[in-house]
Amino acid sequence: MSGLRGLGHRLYAGEVSYDYIGRRKTWYILSGIILLVAIAAVLIRGLNFGIEFRGGAEFSVPNATCSVEQARGVADDLTGAQSIVTETASGTVRVQTEAVTPAQSVEISRALADTCGVSTDDITVQVVGPTWGAEISKKALQGLIVFIILVAIFLSIYFEWRMAAAALVALVHDLVITIGIYALTGLQVTPATVIGLLTILGYSLYDTVVVFDKVKENTRGIAGQSVMTYGEAANLAVNQTIVRSINTSIVALLPVLAIIIVGAGFLGAGTLLDLAVALAIGMAAGTYSSIFIATTFLVQLKERQPEMKSLASRVHARRKQSKAAAQSAATGPASADAGVEAASAAGPTAAVRRSDPSVRQQPRKQPRSRRGKN
Amino acid sequence: MAPPTTSRPVRLLVALGVIIIGLVTWAFWPGTDSSVKLGLDLQGGTQVILQPQPVVEGTSVTEEQLEQTVTIIRQRVDGLGVAEAEVTTQGSGDGAVIVVSVPGVNQDRVVDLVQRTALLDFRPVWGVYSPVPDQAAAALASAVASASAQDAASPSASPSPSPSASASPDPRGSASPSPSPSPSPSASAEAAPLIQAVDNTPEFQAQIAALDCTLPENYTGGRPDDPSQWLGTCERDGAAKYNLEPAFIQGTNVTNANAVLPQNGLGWVVSLEFDSEGARALSEASTRLTGLPECGAIGANPCNAFAIVLDGVVVSAPRFNEPILGGQAQIEGNFTADEARDLANVLKYGALPVTLEPVDITTVSATVGSEQLRAGVIAGLLGLLLVCIYLVLYYRALGFVAVFSLVIAAGITYLTFVVLSKSIGLTLTLAGVAGAIVAIGITADSFIVYFERIRDEIREGRSLRVACDTGWIRARRTLLAADFVSLLAAVVLYLLSVGSVRGFAFVLGLTTIIDVLVAFLFSHPLTVLIGRTSWMQRGSKWTGLDPDRLGGHTLVGSPTTATATRRRRATSEESS
Repeated sequence: MSGLRGLGHRLYAGEVSYDYIGRRKTWYILSGIILLVAIAAVLIRGLNFGIEFRGGAEFSVPNATCSVEQARGVADDLTGAQSIVTETASGTVRVQTEAVTPAQSVEISRALADTCGVSTDDITVQVVGPTWGAEISKKALQGLIVFIILVAIFLSIYFEWRMAAAALVALVHDLVITIGIYALTGLQVTPATVIGLLTILGYSLYDTVVVFDKVKENTRGIAGQSVMTYGEAANLAVNQTIVRSINTSIVALLPVLAIIIVGAGFLGAGTLLDLAVALAIGMAAGTYSSIFIATTFLVQLKERQPEMKSLASRVHARRKQSKAAAQSAATGPASADAGVEAASAAGPTAAVRRSDPSVRQQPRKQPRSRRGKN
Repeated sequence: MAPPTTSRPVRLLVALGVIIIGLVTWAFWPGTDSSVKLGLDLQGGTQVILQPQPVVEGTSVTEEQLEQTVTIIRQRVDGLGVAEAEVTTQGSGDGAVIVVSVPGVNQDRVVDLVQRTALLDFRPVWGVYSPVPDQAAAALASAVASASAQDAASPSASPSPSPSASASPDPRGSASPSPSPSPSPSASAEAAPLIQAVDNTPEFQAQIAALDCTLPENYTGGRPDDPSQWLGTCERDGAAKYNLEPAFIQGTNVTNANAVLPQNGLGWVVSLEFDSEGARALSEASTRLTGLPECGAIGANPCNAFAIVLDGVVVSAPRFNEPILGGQAQIEGNFTADEARDLANVLKYGALPVTLEPVDITTVSATVGSEQLRAGVIAGLLGLLLVCIYLVLYYRALGFVAVFSLVIAAGITYLTFVVLSKSIGLTLTLAGVAGAIVAIGITADSFIVYFERIRDEIREGRSLRVACDTGWIRARRTLLAADFVSLLAAVVLYLLSVGSVRGFAFVLGLTTIIDVLVAFLFSHPLTVLIGRTSWMQRGSKWTGLDPDRLGGHTLVGSPTTATATRRRRATSEESS
């Protein structure tokens, strides 16, 4: 733990720095492969939609004394079609049938109650009409589109359109990955899954907003100097917020983990468990994308701006100059890609120029007094 | 950016205290129910989601129709006598659905109830009276007059062209030997039972005379009548009072009803088709009724009329012009297109102005419900515990601020649930519980953002005291922006979705607001107060803000300071 904290400091200071931005190709290729697999999985395998989406009926018979075959027999006789019958570890027999009329469903639950020796009051029944699933999917999609438009407007105002675009790219990235994992694993897609996806949506953006806020802070007025490029400043921001990102992910995943433990232990498959699985996948993807995808994509967009281009060339020119001037210093900044490490290494030169008035105003008593000790 | 050393933490804490005391008082006010209302998936019961579809294709369901439908269904559901049964609409416009939730009741009864087209029957009219309670026989004349003045009430395009010679009043009516003098009200357990009797006894008539049809509870439907008994009831709008014979046709015998404008017609009519049983009954009844005297004969089959009775109230009382033998009939009157369509809809679908398709029926047994609640609560507590342990391990003393904040946030969330259950009837569903559990992580993140900012400030060489404030100013912006996005997601989802997603969105939105509240009024002021203690100032390693460990105190020229300086340079160059 304390090791991590020490690392936190070194990351913040730029002592230890990982060049996320410079390795953008690696992330893009990695994400590209994952996304391709996800899309291919959705196209080829398709999603396993629960009865809420395709219509049908589900009967859960707790503490059933009947066998799976008996229950299947009862349901098949009454519906005249194949039913899917499973038994959970806790002894609940779950019967899924095609769409039935309400009257049929009453009949089926009575028959199951008789066969399995329970009261009809104990049977949990869900009957969903075939059009209903399309309806909720349509609504979820509408909600998603409205939300994306609103959030794009908000982020464009609060940050700038490039950040909005990058945040949304990361968002789509997370959603596609999550959906792809559902297609790959064949996990059932239920309304709880949709809730999970929508939460991921909020969570992914939340995470990106936090990182971007730091980027914004670090790059304020960046065009007016020639020490670091936009990419370096952004990379520093990612390094500075990475401890927070990791902590946040752990803290967000802990309750989800609790749901998975309790859900699996108590209930078998259920709303909570469905939700938690979607969340766990999406949160992991969200953390990854806010670090590796959102910021790199943003930097790419930003560095197309003429002023950022000129900034980059100024920074490079200056570094060459200072390298020439301070030939004795073996560790001159080499390339923009190695930005921060190099910049920190070049520390002594930079530290002399302390010109921030706000820093001078600070009551720096304590640090100063300790400075001698170190 | 001057450090805001002027922040007043105590005031903020007091403000939060006032809010909490307010919530507690509201939530636990003596004599009121101070529990969180649970959704059906947590307490067991049946929920039916009904999708209304317009009766006429190509049109859309109006708000008014929706409201009317909800009212009718609510009346029926209330008839079950189950406390806390709910009928609500979700969504709006074309996407609106009606959600019927009945706790503790099995699927078949609820489905039957909402699916049932209202009980519709056709009864010969034995007598028409003024709507007000009236014992005097003399008033009956005026009653008939007032009733026939009602165009819509007793539509009759033409006076009966062929009154048969038979002037005998209805045999059952006149020759009533009254073998069962006690009127037997219908078996339903409603507060205002319908006036029904096996025979047209004097007692029954006296009851009708005493009936006040100007009171809404007497002319509102929702009380299904027994078609085999006599019925004393009101016109749907309270304009008249009727004594009706047992039904000769029931709604199920009607196969079709349409509003049509006949080619040679003077106005809209409602055309009706009956099945064979209905056709036979209709021909018998119409033959008999057209054989009776015309309007004005008080006390026995006036106006050769029959009444269309829906869920216990008279919708319309048209007159037979001639015996109807073919199973097809027309109701004429000075109908407008709307009136004709309304009547046709009533005949076709019962009282509901829209057709309802049950798209989702969920029955959760009480056992499963309580088990899900238990699982949700355990998962929530476990999640909270795990998060707290992590925060304390990582942030030490600051972690305790986070833990307290989480506990306060959890407490406020619970109180808000209670208050909202009371005030707006919020019900907590499993999806809502999930939302609350997920919110633990998001709430905790607010503290993480803040604490990391404080640490950043200390790394930049600020004192703890100052860092608590300057860190807050920066964290605050991030928090508000990030929480705004969460809130936006919650609001959009709430407005556009139905069912469980909606419940989830509501809780997520609520917890986001509470998160902001707790961060502003509790976490920040408490951190500031703690930051002022000398123990924290000394920066022991248990404070979680140990400057040495964070690397806040380094030599000028060390890589750390260099980077920080460079960053600041960037900032200052912009401002200059």
